[in-house]
Amino acid sequence: MVFPGTEQMRFDLQVIASWIEPGSKVLDLGCGHGELLAWLTANKQVSGVGIEQDQEKAAFCIANGLSVLQGDFNDEVDDYPDKRFDYVILSQTLQQVYEPARLLYSLSRIGRRFIVSFPNFSHFSIRLQLLFKGMAPKSRELPYNWYDSPNIRVITLKDFRNFARDVGYRIVEETAIKTDHHAKHGRAVRSLINIRATYGIFMIEKEAGP
Amino acid sequence: MENNSASYLEVGSAGVVEKQFFTYAQPPEKMTLESGANLGPVTIGYETWGKLSPQRDNAVLVAHAFSGDSHAAGFYGDDPKEAKPGWWDSMIGPGKGLDTNKYFVICANILGGCMGTTGPSSINPETGAPYGLDFPMMTIGDIIESQKALLEYLGISSLHTVVGGSVGGMQVLEWCVRYPEMVRSAIPIATTMRHSALAIAFNEVARQAIMVDPKWSKGNYYDSEKPDLGLSVARMIGHVTYLSDEAMRRKFGRRLQNKENFSYGFDVDFMVESYLRYQGSKFVKRFDANSVLYITKAADYFDLVNREPPARSIQDIRGVPIKFLVISYTSDWLYPTYQAKELIQALKRADLDASFCEIEADCGHDAFLIPDQRLGTLIGGFLDGVPRN
Repeated sequence: MVFPGTEQMRFDLQVIASWIEPGSKVLDLGCGHGELLAWLTANKQVSGVGIEQDQEKAAFCIANGLSVLQGDFNDEVDDYPDKRFDYVILSQTLQQVYEPARLLYSLSRIGRRFIVSFPNFSHFSIRLQLLFKGMAPKSRELPYNWYDSPNIRVITLKDFRNFARDVGYRIVEETAIKTDHHAKHGRAVRSLINIRATYGIFMIEKEAGP
Repeated sequence: MENNSASYLEVGSAGVVEKQFFTYAQPPEKMTLESGANLGPVTIGYETWGKLSPQRDNAVLVAHAFSGDSHAAGFYGDDPKEAKPGWWDSMIGPGKGLDTNKYFVICANILGGCMGTTGPSSINPETGAPYGLDFPMMTIGDIIESQKALLEYLGISSLHTVVGGSVGGMQVLEWCVRYPEMVRSAIPIATTMRHSALAIAFNEVARQAIMVDPKWSKGNYYDSEKPDLGLSVARMIGHVTYLSDEAMRRKFGRRLQNKENFSYGFDVDFMVESYLRYQGSKFVKRFDANSVLYITKAADYFDLVNREPPARSIQDIRGVPIKFLVISYTSDWLYPTYQAKELIQALKRADLDASFCEIEADCGHDAFLIPDQRLGTLIGGFLDGVPRN
């Protein structure tokens, strides 16, 4: 298996990887070529499953020894029993999900915890574009035009926190990050985060019902 | 991940192979079938490639489809020059998906067949004549019991994988519920947990085509003319289900066979008619009509979900450490992808380790038999990740 070390991974995945307890059961939604799963398997002895819609990527993962299901994770998550996983990971995809509330509920059902990362729509460059240009903003993280963008959800760190509070999701970990062009390197943002962070990463636990 | 693509294309690289035979269940120790009937002696025709390791931990069982046989790869020593290699030659050989440098590959003709294993055309020792319809109805489970007897004879108690397409895929799944402790990984391809009404319907039309042929004579035709017409019509129907709308459009379209204009009669006009007739007439030379009846019925009976205990169904093997790789094809309308997804759903619910890939191909159900490096790479890589113990 020729998989990169953690320093080769996208920076948000490096942060997520650091949150995973060794030996846990992990589901990675939209696992791509399986970089995170392979790293977690090799370095944290997790038992991992990935879901990936693209045939070529799914086949690549399977041929490299990962357990991966080709399919649409919006549907695939429904088949798992309650609390089947310790962690369910949805990295940089939430902004493309048609029914985010329903999906996140499913993640809280099948996982003890779930982790989401998404581009922060309230970054200052986006705010300035809207304010001064009066046009739908584009950024390195969200590079599309309004008419061809797969990013159909506009999310800010604040919005996500409010949503979590409203539906009873406890935020166990939260990191706001600022990444460079390839998103390989980055650092945590500790002040004015809703303005300065390019991505937010949250780890959620569903609060026990009454 | 980079494989030498040349090795996948090397026809016959598995080498010269010989069909071998193993006989067991000698009376009075007959084999008891799922139906309660007894059968014996049972002979199994099988072939092997590669070498069994000293630890006996590298055995791979290939389960063939309904009309397949044990000749999965390579050539026979006495093959004529124009002979074709075994039916999965693109998958079995040095450097191929089932790499014979690593694995000891076994393929056995199925019970009820007519290619070396006991079936309705075999001699019934009690009468000295072929069984015909006196052959007891067998099931996919009975096929697995016969394969297990063969593995015991070969001294193999654990399989690195069991792999097969179509009815072969049913055998893969049946192995997993019957002997999960013997199976480290399982690769069911283009298959289903149970036949749909559509699949049963096509099988029934095939059986009726055979049984309405007057020469079928209630299965008792072995010392007279055979029901070739019925059998060839059955094969024509089968072939339609193995192809796809796209494949037939691409291969034949509405093109005419060796003519410019319609004949305004019932001779062959269209190329697709000629193709099906050719496939039908080719099949009668190698296959027994009664075997078609028995094997299609066994496939129709197969149901991995609804079973009377003590028979185990898929949900009864919860959490066993088998690694599954389920593969379907986009244009397979006999066992469409939704049926593979039902299998995946059942595997997830039973807490089993499963991977799934739907391969894009326009050639229908038969796609798994067509040389395709994607399949070899997928299977070879998957097997490398299966622990040996």
